[in-house]
Amino acid sequence: MGAYLIRRLLYAIPILIGVNLLTFALFFLVNSPDDMARAHLGNKRVTAEAVEAWKRERGYNRPLLYNAGRDGIERVTDTLFFTKSIRLFVFDFGQADSGRAIADDIRQRAPPSLALAVPTFVIGLLLNVTLALGIVLFRASVLDWLGQIGLVALMSVSSLFYIIAGQYLFGKLMRLAPISGYVDGWEAWRFLVLPIAVGVIAGIGAGVRWYRSLFLEEIGKDYVRTARAKGLGEAQVLVGHVLRNALIPILTGAVVLLPLLFLGSLIMESFFGIPGLGSYTIEGIQAQDFAIVRAMVFLGAVLYILGLLLTDIAYTLVDPRVRL
Amino acid sequence: MSGASAWQLAPLWTDYLLWLLVLAVALTIAYVRRQPHLRAPWRQVGRSGTGMVAALVLMAYVGIGLLDSVHLTSDRGAVVSVLDLCLSDLRDRTETTYSAPLATHSASLESMTDKDGNTVRAAPRLRYGGAHLGAPAQQRNADLRDRALLGIAKAVALWLAIAVVMLIWRRRLGSDGFPMRRVLGTLLVMALMIGVLREWADGYHVFGTDKVGQDVLYLSLKSVRTGLMIGLLTTLVMLPLAMVLGIAAGYFRGWVDDLIQYLYTTLSSIPSVLLIAAAVLMMQVTMSNHPEWFDSLESRADLRLLFLCVILGVTSWTGLCRLLRAETLKLREADYVEAARAAGVGPLRILSRHIAPNVMHIVLIQVTLDFSALVLAEAVLSYVGVGVDPSTPSWGNMINAARLELAREPVVWWSLSAAFAFMFTLVLAANLFADQVREAFDPRRRA
Repeated sequence: MGAYLIRRLLYAIPILIGVNLLTFALFFLVNSPDDMARAHLGNKRVTAEAVEAWKRERGYNRPLLYNAGRDGIERVTDTLFFTKSIRLFVFDFGQADSGRAIADDIRQRAPPSLALAVPTFVIGLLLNVTLALGIVLFRASVLDWLGQIGLVALMSVSSLFYIIAGQYLFGKLMRLAPISGYVDGWEAWRFLVLPIAVGVIAGIGAGVRWYRSLFLEEIGKDYVRTARAKGLGEAQVLVGHVLRNALIPILTGAVVLLPLLFLGSLIMESFFGIPGLGSYTIEGIQAQDFAIVRAMVFLGAVLYILGLLLTDIAYTLVDPRVRL
Repeated sequence: MSGASAWQLAPLWTDYLLWLLVLAVALTIAYVRRQPHLRAPWRQVGRSGTGMVAALVLMAYVGIGLLDSVHLTSDRGAVVSVLDLCLSDLRDRTETTYSAPLATHSASLESMTDKDGNTVRAAPRLRYGGAHLGAPAQQRNADLRDRALLGIAKAVALWLAIAVVMLIWRRRLGSDGFPMRRVLGTLLVMALMIGVLREWADGYHVFGTDKVGQDVLYLSLKSVRTGLMIGLLTTLVMLPLAMVLGIAAGYFRGWVDDLIQYLYTTLSSIPSVLLIAAAVLMMQVTMSNHPEWFDSLESRADLRLLFLCVILGVTSWTGLCRLLRAETLKLREADYVEAARAAGVGPLRILSRHIAPNVMHIVLIQVTLDFSALVLAEAVLSYVGVGVDPSTPSWGNMINAARLELAREPVVWWSLSAAFAFMFTLVLAANLFADQVREAFDPRRRA
């Protein structure tokens, strides 16, 4: 297993390099820094000095790959590729347009993101699995049929609707929870209840349908027939056998998402005013702060690859058939 | 319709592509009709009540979208679509600001002078909404009722004509399990809705007006095209990439497989919203640095829509590619492929005649599933600020503009509700249809 994991770990390196090259191409080759400066400053009447100043402020006043004006190693290190892309590997994200260090911002904004994303994820997972199990228990009945129609309908509603309706109904009309805002510490729960509830409800449609199809696939297998032949009741078969076996795909499917919870949810955080990484990213996008977007793209890829690694580990731990 | 000025076709880039897609679908249908093994699963879709009801709703949306995709220009230089011409009343009757659905008065108060010369704060009459009424407070409800009755009468007459034609047609060709009753029922509901809406829209703003006084019904209908474009053109970009790469990776194995796997693992390891946002930001920079590419605001907005579809396509082919690779890996060991290879058939011919047709069900299922996801994604992307051009009518833009108005008193809810309702209907129909397609084509479900 150790060798297997090391092989997976090594496989992650070329992917990270690929992501890095891709972001470099996207941010520096598609448009030159001059283009970005002009777009940022507004195209009308931009002087060459203003462009230069903009580039100097952000450290973009270097050649792309090779600096002929320097000596020795600096010919390679004093370039855009080295300072902006290679440094991402050691999580040196540089500065945002506001002048703040991006790495500090990320560290500060990860906890609120997690405070929202982790409960939403855990409660959603438990609720969806339970509901799916209930629907499967009553399969091929009116309840199943109604449930399926309800799920398709829930799935067809825009996530923005869930948020806006939730804020309006519970925040404005019923005044059960503040519409948006955040405080640090344990008092934050007041502000988190509503977004967590909305997040969980918004996920029911797609989630329950997915778990339902997982369970239905398991239910056709031989061991289920054996369990029934033993004389077990339907509920016992479902919880004791089907659920236990379906837990493997459920858990491994959840593990890949775990690291991504750090990134938070873009629209949830920005609608509910939670100062997490999701709203940080949106602010970056809306202010056209390329440094922030670049940093988040790279961080997102790192977290996803971490999730894939964790999935591999989870597989070897949960499923005795996978021993590589 | 044309008046004094002469109209000329002035297609936008996305128009060409959409009609190209229509042509491709028509050719596919013609091909499928001649293949019994492909016709059978479609028959099954055709026999399901849900599937046909969903298909009718989708066809209504596609009809609106296609009408909106024939752009004309007059000698006065304005570019309008055929849909604009059909709805010219709705388009031109703009008020000054918000007004509620079917209202006769504006939703915001203005200072006015009353009969005695005193200045009072009151809601002014609308320029068009209910303008034909002398005393709106007393007459409006009766007027609405009369219009509704007239609309219902017209709708029933039209529906009866359609029903008679369809029943005769069925008598001639035989029904083969076609859910005639459900289809006719759906048609009746649609005819009634259109009939009543039409009569009401003639004298009122049925869904109210937005901040700058534009009719919300008109905006919602115009947004249909944008939603369809995002859902369909993205597919057009994604399909060739996913099919060529996925099948090639599965069939050739070796370094081709390694390279393609590496490519899609790298791309899919970046969270899609972030990748799309980054790409759209770069597109904005490029577009703002090349104003000479666009001769008008319309073509600028149109190109932005096209680029957005390309970006969505390039970021979303990986899922389908992975599925196709796995399926091709299985198929290349199948007996008939071995036989073809032994008979000396070249790889290109094997791929196009033996492998590609047999992975089509995966493509179809994935495409129908992606469509609804893309329509929903448009709204989120517009909210994030990386969606379609702000001047393009779209449900995302409508929601974005209206969501802050919920804090107003009185609450402006109509624009939001209309956008959500139109989007929900389309996505629900697409999801239901996708379910039926999967039911009919997925071999695992054919137990």
